[in-house]
Amino acid sequence: MNSVTTFVTALGRYDFLQSALITAIMVGIMSGMIGSFIILRGMSMMGDAISHAVLPGVAVAYMLGINVMIGASIFGILAAGLIGLVASRSKIKTDTSIGVVFSAFYALGFILISLAESSTNLHHILFGNILAVSDTDMMTTTVVLGLVILFVVFFYKELLITSFDPTFAQTYGFRVQILHYALMLVLTLVTVSALQTVGIILVVAMLITPAATAFLWTDRLAVMLGLAATLGAISSVVGLYFSYTFNWASGPAIVLVAAGLFGISFVVSPKQALLPTLFKGKARLRRATA
Amino acid sequence: MLEVQNLTVAYSDTPVFTDVAVNFNAGKITGIIGPNGAGKSTLIKAMLGLIKTQTGTVTFNGHTLKQFQKQIAYVEQRKDLDLTFPINVFDVVLTGTYGRLGLFRQPSKADRKRCLEALKQVDLAEFADRQIGQLSGGQLQRVFVARAILQKADLIILDEPFVGIDLQSETAIMAILHGWRDAGKTIIVVHHDLNKVSRYFDDLVILNHGIVDYGPVADVYTPTNIERTFSADLSAVLFAQGGAQA
Repeated sequence: MNSVTTFVTALGRYDFLQSALITAIMVGIMSGMIGSFIILRGMSMMGDAISHAVLPGVAVAYMLGINVMIGASIFGILAAGLIGLVASRSKIKTDTSIGVVFSAFYALGFILISLAESSTNLHHILFGNILAVSDTDMMTTTVVLGLVILFVVFFYKELLITSFDPTFAQTYGFRVQILHYALMLVLTLVTVSALQTVGIILVVAMLITPAATAFLWTDRLAVMLGLAATLGAISSVVGLYFSYTFNWASGPAIVLVAAGLFGISFVVSPKQALLPTLFKGKARLRRATA
Repeated sequence: MLEVQNLTVAYSDTPVFTDVAVNFNAGKITGIIGPNGAGKSTLIKAMLGLIKTQTGTVTFNGHTLKQFQKQIAYVEQRKDLDLTFPINVFDVVLTGTYGRLGLFRQPSKADRKRCLEALKQVDLAEFADRQIGQLSGGQLQRVFVARAILQKADLIILDEPFVGIDLQSETAIMAILHGWRDAGKTIIVVHHDLNKVSRYFDDLVILNHGIVDYGPVADVYTPTNIERTFSADLSAVLFAQGGAQA
């Protein structure tokens, strides 16, 4: 309990820790919401791919001195487009297309970063550096969070139907592809925000794990979104606390907390029913032997 | 009336059918039958603009597909659906309003009331809160028919609605189809087995990589046509006891 007090005191004292905490919470919320749609659409691989494919965009942005969000968005959408193009214009399956495109983008990103030789630390891009969040970063993250919430609220109906039953949406003339690319763009923005907290390699965990945990607890999409956002935020707070207290890297600490919450839910959630089934099994056994 | 003129569909240069011309009448339930791989679902998807067509036009009461798109209800074969999706029966049926609502508008109170009424019509009112994975095949099929009710469509197309469903569901769905027919709507049903053809349908289209025959069931559902499309054995079995009572 003592370490909690220390953490809270430190929060009051250090601005950088406050910024870190607020940014991490915002990233947890946005990745939980967008991640819910990613897992319901069976696009976990795509989430992973886009998060890696923004690397060259980050490098180019540093080189040209433009906003990272712009560089990353261009490459994120480019990757999503190429993946779609290869999959639709050939007999190659989508997961293969994803593998080819994202690894190429990732490789290009490494080379560009080394060419840039900027103060950008590759290590920070890969693993995140939440304690170095600047005020500008925090502002950008706030804007992205606002965009994510507006996107989900205004296009809730369309996100629901294209995730659940895309053919149905097509029959009444809805342009399913446009929403797909809009979602990819938003995913890219979320990815870049999450770069700061957990880094490129672990972004996919923030997208998938809280959403998957929420999925185990509810049968309502709206509830799942709220729960995933909450779990993302909780993972961020607790992860940052562990990171501060035990001097762990912040990204892995946040991701491990999220995974821990998933593990607990996997055992006790009503939908998964691992424990309830075990108990029922035992009860049946007892009845049978009695 | 839905009019199809010289419609051609090909998958990677192999034509599924060429120059199909067929009409579907309003106020009738029209069945489409044909052997596996005859192009039944392909014809439906081509008419709905879900797949690319090489040639042909499809018009509904003189309007092009773009103009009548919002008047179509399509009840798909449910095999690809994600039954674990976090959505309940009520909300699935409510998606029937989405096409008319367009962007940025939410279903109204009246829509929700109609949704509940549609569920009552298919005998599923007490299942409104169930997650869709907890339903039987027949119940699920009724959910999608209820959604079609909410779409207030003039053209309703169902792909194999009677596959693997219970008698209660079949009866409930038939009752809805009859209601639509009496209201003068155009109803098209893809059907895979030949039983009950004359009981279900008013008109019949026999398809086998092209139209074999179409018209009123009594004229089209004949031993000759069945023998030509399927096999002599099948025809013999179906028409053995007292003609087309099947």
